[in-house]
Amino acid sequence: MAENKNDAYVRFANVQKSYDGEILVVKNFNLDVQSGEFLTMLGPSGSGKTTCLMMLAGFETATSGEISLDGEPINNVPPWKREIGMVFQNYALFPHLSVFENLAYPLIVRKMSKSEIDQRVKKALDMVQLGAFGGRRPGQLSGGQQQRVAVARALVFEPKLVLMDEPLGALDKQLREQMQYEIKHIHENLGVTVVYVTHDQSEALTMSNRVCVFDDGVVQQLAAPAELYEKPVNSFVAQFIGENNTLHGDIVSVDGENCDVKLDTGEVMQALAVNIGDVGSKTTLSLRPERVTVDPEAGSCPNVVKAEVRELIYLGDHIRARLALCGQEEFIVKVPNSSTHSHLVEGETTTVGWQSSDCRALDHQP
Amino acid sequence: MSTLAETSSGPILINGVPLKEQLSKAEHKKKMTAFFLVAPLLIFIVLTFIIPIGNMLYRSVDNPRMVTLMPALVESLNEWDGQALPPEALFQTAFEEIQRNIENGDIGKVATHVNYSLAGARSLFLKSKRKFKKITAPPYREQMIKADKRWGQIKTWQIVKSVSDPITSAYFLNAIDKTYDAAGNVVNQPESRQIYVTLFIRTLWVSTLVTLLTLIIGYPIAYLISTTPPRISNLLIIMVLLPFWTSLLVRTTSWIVLLQTQGVLNDIMVWIGIVSEDGRIQMIYNLNGTLVAMTQILLPFMVLPMYSVMKTIPLSQLRASQSLGANPVRTFFKIFWPQSIPGIGAGGLLVFVLSVGYYITPALVGGASGQMISNQIAFHMRSSLNWGLAAALGTIMLCGVLILYWLYDRIVGIDNMKLG
Repeated sequence: MAENKNDAYVRFANVQKSYDGEILVVKNFNLDVQSGEFLTMLGPSGSGKTTCLMMLAGFETATSGEISLDGEPINNVPPWKREIGMVFQNYALFPHLSVFENLAYPLIVRKMSKSEIDQRVKKALDMVQLGAFGGRRPGQLSGGQQQRVAVARALVFEPKLVLMDEPLGALDKQLREQMQYEIKHIHENLGVTVVYVTHDQSEALTMSNRVCVFDDGVVQQLAAPAELYEKPVNSFVAQFIGENNTLHGDIVSVDGENCDVKLDTGEVMQALAVNIGDVGSKTTLSLRPERVTVDPEAGSCPNVVKAEVRELIYLGDHIRARLALCGQEEFIVKVPNSSTHSHLVEGETTTVGWQSSDCRALDHQP
Repeated sequence: MSTLAETSSGPILINGVPLKEQLSKAEHKKKMTAFFLVAPLLIFIVLTFIIPIGNMLYRSVDNPRMVTLMPALVESLNEWDGQALPPEALFQTAFEEIQRNIENGDIGKVATHVNYSLAGARSLFLKSKRKFKKITAPPYREQMIKADKRWGQIKTWQIVKSVSDPITSAYFLNAIDKTYDAAGNVVNQPESRQIYVTLFIRTLWVSTLVTLLTLIIGYPIAYLISTTPPRISNLLIIMVLLPFWTSLLVRTTSWIVLLQTQGVLNDIMVWIGIVSEDGRIQMIYNLNGTLVAMTQILLPFMVLPMYSVMKTIPLSQLRASQSLGANPVRTFFKIFWPQSIPGIGAGGLLVFVLSVGYYITPALVGGASGQMISNQIAFHMRSSLNWGLAAALGTIMLCGVLILYWLYDRIVGIDNMKLG
C-alpha cells in the first residue's frame, strides 16, 4: 500500500520520538493510512503506539520526521487546528457540562448557529442511542454510556479523521465486545478514517482493516488481520497475535521457499522459509495449535513426531491438549471435539504431524 | 424449625422480637463503641472550645460588678425613676455602700467600672474616699454634694443606674462606637473615641485584599504544581510548604529586615538610585506591611486546597478540549477554571477566616495604620482588662464570619468546597 503515495490520508515519514534525548521510544516510523480506513496500532504497553497517536493528535511533537494529513505537513499545526476527533481511554468527558453541552462544545467553538447545533447534537446522540440522555451529567451515566457520548462527541463536528486511544479499556468484557461492533458500524456508516490504539489483539482483529503491530518503538508488521494471524513475518508477531507453538533449531538447508531445520533435540523438520538467515544460523519455528494433526495417517504429513500427552482441558467445542515433544514441554494442540476424531488420554504417547506450509521458520527468539 | 416468621399484617419477627428492635439492639453496641472512641475528643472540645465560646458570648452582655459589690445600692436604684435627683434615702444607701467598699478595698473596681461609661467617674469615687471621712451623720445628700458637686447632677446617678444593670448592651454599643447618653438614648461616641467601626471595616478590607492577593499569586502556582510531573511537583510543594517549617515570628521578623526604611530593599533601591537617601520608602509599620506579611504567611493555605482540587482535573480533559477545536485560552476558561472553583472557594474561605482573626503579624509589622480588630481585642484582654468589651468585639467577629459562611453556602454551596 505504501506505493500508492497519493492516496495516503495520514502519513508518517521517518518519524522518531525521544522524551529524554537518550532513548528513542519511536524509531523511524513510516505509515500510510488510506482515507476511510480503520487502522489499529497494536502492541504491548511501552511499545510506542500511544506516542504515535499523540504525535498525530498534536499533543506530542515528533523529534524528527514529518507527519502529514491529507497531503499537508502538520508538524507545526497546533492540536486545536488539526480538525481531528479523539476518543480517550478514560472518556475525558467534561463533568461540569451536561451530555448535550459536551457534544455542543466543539460546535460552539466553531461558531455554529443554535439551531444547527441542536440538530447536529441530536443526530449524534441518536447515532449512539442516547437521544434521551442529553440533559444528564456524564457522572450520571454508566461506563458504556459515557463511552458512547465520548464517541459521539469526537464525531459530532464531522472530522475526517478520528483517533481512539484504548477507548474500551475500562469496560467489562461483554460491553467491550458490544462496543467493538458499534464502533465498527459507525465507521462503516460514516466512512471516516479511524486510527485506533489498543493492546488487545482480539479487539484489533475484530475491528480493523489493517493492523500495525508495534514493539520496542518499531513496526513489526503492518497487514490485514487474517494475514497477520496466518502469515506472521517474525517471532514477535507470531507470539503476540493468537496462540503459538515454538520450536528452536538450526537451518540445515534452504530450497527456495522451503527449508530444513534441525531441532536442538535432533529431529529434522520441513518448514516454510519466511524470515531466516543463512544455513547454520538459528531459527524459531512457529506453529498454530489448530494446524497440528494428532495421529496423522502415514504419508499425509512431512513432519511427524512422537509426543507425550501431559494435560487435557475440555473446552466444549474443542479439547486443548498440552503435549511434550522435541524438548518442548508446553506444546499446545487444539483437538476438535468430533465423533470421528481420536481421543487422547493423559500420560499416553501418541504421534502428531503438520504440513511444512503451516510451520513458519522465523527469526530466532530464545 | 424456622425462627423467622412473617405475619401478613405485622412487622417481621425473629424469635418473637420485631426486626426493628433486634436491629437497634445490634446497632446499639456499635454506636456505643463509636461514642467511646470519640469521647476524649468530645470532652476536649467541650472543655476548650464550646465552654470558652459560650463564656465569651455571656461575658459580652454580663455586668456583675455593681450587683456583687453594691447590692443594696443597685436595689435602690431600680426603684428610682431617674427623673429627678434621688431622695435622701438613696443617698444614704449610696454612702453606706461606698464606705463599705472603701473598707473592703474594692472602691477602685467600682470606680473603674463606672468610668467605662462616665469619663471622670474614677476621680469622683477616689476623691470620695478622702472626703467621705468627714461625713458621720445625716443628711448625707447635702454633704455628699458638698464633697463633690457631681453627686448633685442627675446625669451621674443615671449613669450609675445604667451601669448597675446585670445584663448590659453597653459593651456591644461600645464595640460599634455607640454609647448611652445621660437620658439613656443610643448616641455616637465622641469623635476621638470612635475606633472600632473603622477597625472592623479595615479588618474586612485587609482580609479581602489578602484573600485576593493569595488567590492571584497562588492560582498559577497551584496550576503549575498540578500539571507538572510528580518529581518536579513534589519539589514545588515542598517550596510552598517551606515557610511552615519556620516560626511565624522568624518570618515576620524577616519582613522587617527586608522592608524597613534602613532595610535590605530600601538599601538596594538607594544603591541603584531609584530613590534618594532621604526618600527611603516606608514599606512596613503600616497597612502595607500587614498586607505583605500576611499574604506571604497565608499563601500555602490558598495553594494547597486549590492544588488538591486541580490535580483531580485530568490532563486528558484539556487535551479533549483542544482536539475539539478549542485553543488553550478557551480550554482554560471553559474546562479548567469552572472545575477549579471549589478549590478557590475552599482556599478563599480558609484564608479569609484566618485573616479576620490575624493578630501577631499586624501587631509586629502593622504600625498604627496596620492594626486589626484582633489587636484591640488583645489589648482589652491583656492591658485594659475590659473583658466585656473584648468579648463583645469577639462576638461581633464570630457573627460576621458565620454570616460570610452562610453567604458562601448560599452562593457557592458548601458541598462544592473540597479540601482534598
